[in-house]
Amino acid sequence: MRFWPLLLPSVGVLLVWMIVPLVMTVWYSLQNYNLQSPPAQFGGLVNFEYLFTDPDIPVVVWNTVVLVFGPLVVTVCLGVAFALLYDGPFPGRGIARLLVITPFFVMPTVAALVWKNLFFHPVWGLLSWAEQSLGMQPIDWFSSHPMVAVVIIVSWIWTPFATLILLTALQSLDRDQIEAARLDGAKAVSRFIHVVLPHLMRPLSVLIMLETIFFLSTYAEIYVTTMGGPGTATTNVPFYIFSRALQGFDVGLASAAGLFAILIANVIAFFFTKRLSEHL
Amino acid sequence: MKFAAGLKKQDVLRTGGGWLVAVVMAFPVFWMALAAFKTEQDAAAVPPKLFFEPTLENFVAMSERVAYWHHAWNSIVVSFSSTLIAIALAAPAAYVMAFHASKLTRSLMLWMLSIRFMPAVGALIPIYLILVALDMLDTRLALVVITCLSNLPLIVWMLYSYFKEVPPEILEAGRMDGARPLKQLWYLLLPLTLPGIASTGLLGMILAWNEAFWCINITATNAGTLALAIASFANSEGQFWAKLSAASLASIAPILIFGWITQRQLVRGLTFGAVK
Repeated sequence: MRFWPLLLPSVGVLLVWMIVPLVMTVWYSLQNYNLQSPPAQFGGLVNFEYLFTDPDIPVVVWNTVVLVFGPLVVTVCLGVAFALLYDGPFPGRGIARLLVITPFFVMPTVAALVWKNLFFHPVWGLLSWAEQSLGMQPIDWFSSHPMVAVVIIVSWIWTPFATLILLTALQSLDRDQIEAARLDGAKAVSRFIHVVLPHLMRPLSVLIMLETIFFLSTYAEIYVTTMGGPGTATTNVPFYIFSRALQGFDVGLASAAGLFAILIANVIAFFFTKRLSEHL
Repeated sequence: MKFAAGLKKQDVLRTGGGWLVAVVMAFPVFWMALAAFKTEQDAAAVPPKLFFEPTLENFVAMSERVAYWHHAWNSIVVSFSSTLIAIALAAPAAYVMAFHASKLTRSLMLWMLSIRFMPAVGALIPIYLILVALDMLDTRLALVVITCLSNLPLIVWMLYSYFKEVPPEILEAGRMDGARPLKQLWYLLLPLTLPGIASTGLLGMILAWNEAFWCINITATNAGTLALAIASFANSEGQFWAKLSAASLASIAPILIFGWITQRQLVRGLTFGAVK
């Protein structure tokens, strides 16, 4: 290829960015290496043995799955609904749209803090006040429904993203097609299923893929709210590695867990890129 | 488009629904902004206070405890430079893939995407140890490089989708005139796709501004961005909601205003070429 000099900068740095950490992670995963008790010793597969016999691991994997699919379902459903809503004109639509996309600009740490303190707090939070006003017992969200609370926060941040992608897609839909279907007597629901939805398939698959990438590494929202707890109730794979590596100083174990995370991500990536390459 | 008359009821529903959704989605930010101007007592009052005597004492207290401008400057430097470098690296590659596609192109793009799928935690320990060895922990340079690399795949992908929209004949004309690839890129392609490049840059900057994982783990007081400042402020002043809200408001305000102003551009960029 005579164009390789143009490809080289980005391909080169990405190659380094991929291979160097990967090789090092593989190397450290075979070491008995705790930063508090150096030096490193060759440990064989002992880290993996520990990892796969850690009773927390099934919970951690399950939490990761919930933290990907929970927000995915919420944001895609709300995104479709909101996009349909904002597709038609109404007074002040521009300003309303500006308000809807606001959460996307809020950094995850701030979003999590706001929800944690001002909304979910069992005594002074707005939700507990609302629950009490309705005569209910106020819910302590982060101790009784920690996962639901985290899913709500993540979904709030990413619903605008879904809405915007789908709204842009809807606005490129040929109006005559809908009009024709309407004149043929198709009801709103069947117009949606047979005309609108097929048009949205491609943006939907891109949206789902991108959101999966972001949700797989959910971290800040957990860091400022639950710290993975109570117990391991909201510990996903990134947070598990964080707590093992930087809090437990166990480089070997954290590296083994890192490889595990890469494996999970690759299984999912394989599935998506295969589907997506049909659309490219 | 004009819908048939008699759909007035639907219009009312749409207006009501549209505004309801807008108010609900923006409410947490609004409520936080209010809390930033409350006294601590008012912020924790039950029942919640919608009307109160506003105060600026939280912002004063925040600026005494957090080096706001220092962290804000870090955020600006990191998000701007990482995005600019990423675009500079990505543009030539996206040009080749869009106009001189070969059998390898598709695999190359999928490979780049698969790197973005790699969880950052997987690379945390090696990167951390490398930075320790290079004595680069808590430096802006390290954060710029890492942010740039982690956004690079998405930026290549977005630029590719914008370049793809340009008819090849236009570049063909340039080639007839003897323009080398880099010249075609600079003088023909960049001006033609400027809106697309702008929205790519906007999204890159927003992602970089809000990035928290690397920031929390490899930076501290020196190179930390606002995302780190707010996380550590929350650890030390967690129970002072009004002050925390003031710090939060101050750390999202720049990107929020930036985002609101540029949202039309951004909307285009968000579709990643998913919309023809």
